[in-house]
Amino acid sequence: MKQILVAKVEDKPGVLNRVASLFRRRNFNIESLAVGHSEAENISRMTIVTDEVDALRRNVVRANLLKLINVIEVEDVTDLPCVVRETALIKVNADATRRREVMDLAEMYRGRIVDVANETLIVEITGESSKVDSLIDLLNPIGIAEIMRTGKIAMKRGVVTPRNGN
Amino acid sequence: MGKKINGASIIWESLIQEGVDVVFGYPGGSIIHTYDALTKYKDKIHHVLVRHEQGATHMADGYARASGKVGVVIVTSGPGATNTITGLATAMMDSSPIVCICGQVGTMAIGGDAFQEVDVTGVTLPVTKHNYLVTDIKDLAATIREAFYVARTGRPGPVLVDVPRNVQIAEMEFEYPTDPINLLGYHPPERATAEVVAAASALINQAEKPVILAGHGVLLSGAMKEILDLCTKANIPVTTTLLGISGVPASHPLNIGMMGMHGEAAANHAIQEADLLIACGMRFDDRVTGNLKTYSPNSKKIHIDIDAAELNKNVKVDIGINTDLRTALQQINPSVTAKSHADWFAKIRDWQEDSNERDIINAQTPGFHASQAIRGIWEGTNGKAVVVSDVGQHQMLEAQYYPHDEPRTLLTSGGLGTMGFGLPAAIGASFCVKDKEVWVVVGDGSIQMNIQELGTAVQEKANVKICIINNGYLGMVRQWQQLFYGERYSETPISSPDYLKIAEAYGMPGYRVMKAEDTISTIRQAQAHQGPVLIEFMVEAHDMVYPMVSPGADLHNMIRRPYKQFDNEETF
Ligand SMILES: Cc1ncc(C[n+]2csc(CCOP(=O)(O)OP(=O)(O)O)c2C)c(N)n1
Repeated sequence: MKQILVAKVEDKPGVLNRVASLFRRRNFNIESLAVGHSEAENISRMTIVTDEVDALRRNVVRANLLKLINVIEVEDVTDLPCVVRETALIKVNADATRRREVMDLAEMYRGRIVDVANETLIVEITGESSKVDSLIDLLNPIGIAEIMRTGKIAMKRGVVTPRNGN
Repeated sequence: MGKKINGASIIWESLIQEGVDVVFGYPGGSIIHTYDALTKYKDKIHHVLVRHEQGATHMADGYARASGKVGVVIVTSGPGATNTITGLATAMMDSSPIVCICGQVGTMAIGGDAFQEVDVTGVTLPVTKHNYLVTDIKDLAATIREAFYVARTGRPGPVLVDVPRNVQIAEMEFEYPTDPINLLGYHPPERATAEVVAAASALINQAEKPVILAGHGVLLSGAMKEILDLCTKANIPVTTTLLGISGVPASHPLNIGMMGMHGEAAANHAIQEADLLIACGMRFDDRVTGNLKTYSPNSKKIHIDIDAAELNKNVKVDIGINTDLRTALQQINPSVTAKSHADWFAKIRDWQEDSNERDIINAQTPGFHASQAIRGIWEGTNGKAVVVSDVGQHQMLEAQYYPHDEPRTLLTSGGLGTMGFGLPAAIGASFCVKDKEVWVVVGDGSIQMNIQELGTAVQEKANVKICIINNGYLGMVRQWQQLFYGERYSETPISSPDYLKIAEAYGMPGYRVMKAEDTISTIRQAQAHQGPVLIEFMVEAHDMVYPMVSPGADLHNMIRRPYKQFDNEETF
């Protein structure tokens, strides 16, 4: 399983560079990295997916990230209950004769058509990466012109305390 | 309302607030304002004009290693800044606290390939603990303060502050922040938990064949007393890394010497046979472990390091303690029980005896050996000097033949192995070492890497005694070629200038020693002179450093010096 890290970082120039440079320098592989503003001012959140499988090495990756002065918190959520999502935009080569087919597939995957042109459609889909993968597989025979994926974003699930009946 | 001063003056005011009284630097267009402002602070801060910015970084590094304080470098943008890279990387690898202040082109010009513009924060990112680009004079003082804080706390390291020209020119009222520094993402660890302390002391109390591995962290955290407490309480042998030397007195009976590639055979064997390693502020570098697959196979391992990213990086450990070493030992020591470990020591003493029989110093051998020169320097300085070694065979021989008893008396580039470190680092150290002599042990190759700093030594009347161990070769590389490359000495013979003429040209006394007997008398002459002195030792060309663990070999598989000297070396 891929390692998923969620990091809180200071929103300052160069921070993304520091994180990316660290992975290159330490010979860890980044599979995807997504970054954006968080709920707090001047703080961004990053979801980093690595292909590290060894538990001790995973800890070293995390410790190295934490060593960066601008990195505030890093949580390894790989084994925690969380929601992991990815969004993709898929441009499909489909003229009027094949539009229906694409729209049906998109609907089955709860995707949306966000652009229609003479020869192409753009499908937007959000879900677990495996879901995105399988829609891509199904669209492939029709003809895919372009794919743009955001990389995974992850968030820990809230805590549900079971009611004990009395 | 206070008076407004410019950014250049704020730099000096901030340095003064940080307790800085000496800086090492070199002027240029992007830092000229700061140099102009220096004229007002001459009575508070001494500026050492170096001959090459690399020299400035090594000087600041040497100053930091000798004093434990932050060393300061000031350079201009572009080539001035790029010349610091080797020095920053050297300090980074060896956790040495320095702050490097760089001039930069004006903020409006950044990104436009202006004259002498280099993306310095980008270039230095992997070789600094942290770096800053100050784009607003309002942030200048706070940033310098933060830079010092980051450099000296936690695992120390180099920090760079890039200051554009217009930030040096802009003016504002100066007020140095005094509120406690609280960085969102930087919290050096504090105490170890009670559980981990109990687990560690339980392992120590159970061990039959324990070994303490003492690294640079002993000196950096000031744990000299605590580590002695631990080893004497339970009679545990201590071996040091190259940078751990002087953290534990060499003459202490429990100190069994340096470990690793050119370590003592007894130390390496002890590590391999141990049932417990207590690693204290060291990082299991490949030069000390040899083949990781066969490294200390039967031992439990406790690793104490202030840097969490070091734990389980190279060697899997049973107990990792992410704390300042001194604090951790203070927590652990009270629950350690007394032991004699007599059988274990009997074994170690056997290994040591075997080494003594092989030692070149104990053999009557013809010729003048580098090891004899270094042992002579030890005698001549009563073992009390601060020795700054460069990189190569002479560095390893210094570690073997100059026993250090007092903390921070060996300064050397361990992690990066930077040739050219020795002379400038010694000049830097001479600005804080007042009660000891400062001696440089340097090869004929290494001295030529930063020989220009002789000019700095003379201009500053730095009291450094420079011993060039001249074997006519890049000796350590030649040694590898002899052992592993069929004696093909590809580009390792190196010529030297006439060092006595060099000394004369720079205006310092110079001596040449041709035979071992003349070593002490020459040292006495050098000691009689206040200021830099150069001594050239003409030593055997083909000496080897033994023992040696071949790169990647098992730690116990050392190439040893043969009992009968020169049987194998007569072929040259
Ligand atoms: C800047 C740099 N370049 C190259 C090396 C590789 N190197 C390691 S030791 C050595 C030879 C050093 O020769 P010298 O200073 O004469 O010392 P000796 O080994 O002869 O005592 C070299 C070239 C290095 N460590 N640093």
